[in-house]
Amino acid sequence: MPESPAPDTLIERVRLLDPASGLDAQGSLLIRDGRIADHGTNLGRPDGATIVEGNGAILCPGLVDMRAQLGEPGYEYRETIASAAEAAAAGGITTLACLPDSRPALDDPALVRLLRARGEETGSLTILPYGALTRGCEGQDLAELGLLHEAGAVAFTDGGHAIGSARLMRRALAYAGGFGARIVQHPEEPSLAEGGTATEGELATRLGLPASPAAAEAILVARDIRLAELTGGAVHFAHVSTAEALALIRAAKDRGLAVTCDTAPPYFDLNETAIGEFRSFASLSPPLRSEADRMAVVAALADGTIDAIASDHQPRDADDKRLPFAQASAGGTGLVTLLAVTLAQVHGGTLPLIRALGLLTVEPARLLGADAGTLRKGAAADVCLFAPEHAWRVESGQLPGKAQNTPFDGRALEGRVLATWKSGRQVFAG
Amino acid sequence: MAPPSRRHLLQIEGMDRPEIGALLDLAESYVLLNRTGKTPRDLLRGRTLINLFFEDSTRTRTSFELAGKRLGADVLNMSVSTSSVNKGETLLDTAATLNAMHCDLLVVRHDQSGAPHLLAQKVEASVVNAGDGTHEHPTQALLDALTIRRRRGRVEGLTVAICGDVMHSRVARSNIHLLLAMGAAVRVVGPPTLLPSAVERLGVEVFHDMATGLAGVDVVMMLRLQRERMAKGLVPSAREFFRFYGLDQAKLATAAPHALVMHPGPMNRGVEIASDVADDPLRSVIREQVEMGVAVRMAVLDRLTRAALANA
Repeated sequence: MPESPAPDTLIERVRLLDPASGLDAQGSLLIRDGRIADHGTNLGRPDGATIVEGNGAILCPGLVDMRAQLGEPGYEYRETIASAAEAAAAGGITTLACLPDSRPALDDPALVRLLRARGEETGSLTILPYGALTRGCEGQDLAELGLLHEAGAVAFTDGGHAIGSARLMRRALAYAGGFGARIVQHPEEPSLAEGGTATEGELATRLGLPASPAAAEAILVARDIRLAELTGGAVHFAHVSTAEALALIRAAKDRGLAVTCDTAPPYFDLNETAIGEFRSFASLSPPLRSEADRMAVVAALADGTIDAIASDHQPRDADDKRLPFAQASAGGTGLVTLLAVTLAQVHGGTLPLIRALGLLTVEPARLLGADAGTLRKGAAADVCLFAPEHAWRVESGQLPGKAQNTPFDGRALEGRVLATWKSGRQVFAG
Repeated sequence: MAPPSRRHLLQIEGMDRPEIGALLDLAESYVLLNRTGKTPRDLLRGRTLINLFFEDSTRTRTSFELAGKRLGADVLNMSVSTSSVNKGETLLDTAATLNAMHCDLLVVRHDQSGAPHLLAQKVEASVVNAGDGTHEHPTQALLDALTIRRRRGRVEGLTVAICGDVMHSRVARSNIHLLLAMGAAVRVVGPPTLLPSAVERLGVEVFHDMATGLAGVDVVMMLRLQRERMAKGLVPSAREFFRFYGLDQAKLATAAPHALVMHPGPMNRGVEIASDVADDPLRSVIREQVEMGVAVRMAVLDRLTRAALANA
């Protein structure tokens, strides 16, 4: 980050919320030299400081998104890093972990360093790359996990591809454990999930869509929990979406195993009926689930089974999506809507505000081993100012950033990002 | 949810009894006109009907072609191979082409569920779904109902068994929706690997054994079993399928006396149906289904054209 000797910034009259410390107080926050210099109720106005009037809005740490796909490298027609950074800033996200199943895959230390540097070039977004678990994310041969780790890969995964082979998963967990690194799994048993574009059940049957059973998730989760126990390695399940898998993860945590998980907004805000009559924007991976599963995800957010909420951002362009449902590329954007869709749980009374923000900031930062997601004095001034009750409507085609394939198209939301600062520099003003 | 006059015929699901009944009545009148050769050849004069088939189907295409021609439409057949490089591009490019041609009625067959729905959003023509993936085949269900109604005088109160590969059958789905809407009881009979999940939620009774599934039924509808189901391991072999699920005289004996035997065609004789059943003049109405197909499609083209005029 180019540290320009910028003037101080004082963000006044805000509700300071910092899940990392439990801070929830009215006050102001002072940014100096790109860092959080102070916060509290009686901060003076330093000479020459830029004053931002908060009007009682909430100031929280910049969001940490632990799972997003970028269009670069390889799919620039969908999204560039610059356009993703624009969308992230508009969503209050200042740190983002990007998936390695790009083209080429992030299976080389130089690529990991490149992605980190490309993040810094944006000036608004820290990019923390995942390393490919296998070469080319092809599920065959282990990538150079040690070298990737050394280059700054935050964990290892094949992104949207499940590690199907139990033998490979066992080795990966054991070997990565030696570097203290996590394996992030896309939990769908591949031979069961193959070809499925919806969850088996009444809706898929009515629409005649190729479907996979919800149990494909629990089956792989059960196996990998057992393999984590066998190896002592740490496994993280991404975008968990079913009651059965969450019950297995809950039980594994109770036994003290190194098992963690995240989910994404579509899985607690939508159910399979969002597919309607073949809406390809609702084609996601894993597919949207039943209402019972959605409610289980909501409960698991509240009871601590789920460790973090990730955007699961998957940019697609019109040609990827304007196809018959089963041929459309699965995935939805999520950067701009991450906070507001999460806040819907707060407004709905199922999740306390400070817990919701923790799932978006300090918790994913911990999982990534990143020094982010906190308002601690001395920390980088990555902060997000938002109005929790500001109403707006998601409209595909009108969202910041290039990719517009939001599964929440038309959704009325409450909670809007007003401004985002990255290392003390304002990178978004709504 | 149903608009007073539909612009497209995309699916049976969502259609109610009066709407279906009116279509069948209209089709009934076309049966008579066809037999006497007095079809209203000016009804679709100056209108263009395009048969857009992304999947091969001689009988459905020719049935629509004949229906269109008997009503005086200019009929054009377009076959598009789905094995061409980019299916999606083809579909939407085709939509743009059709708009430029000022097509009035577009009959679409596609191997993907929902493809006609997507096209319907992009074209100015009225779209008729002539079979989409494993979703629906509305005109087949209508012609089946017309066949049953003419033979039995009604659909209401009858029990119909739909047998075989229900999972991959658009014919089965359309028939389930239509028969239930018209007041029939519907059973599905097949091996568990060929029945879609939660199919009972559609309102049908599920059987895995032909003898009990066919017990007392008024109509037996057989479905085509494609060879690739064996290749994918859904059933071990054709001969095993025929042994347990193929319709022969012995299995048919448990159905009601004079129960009708139907098949949407083309048949795999010796796989899902024995030849002596298929050709049994006392039972099989398979040839009659073909005749009803033309009448039903004329009724559909008639109805959609009038709806388009009313909405214009």
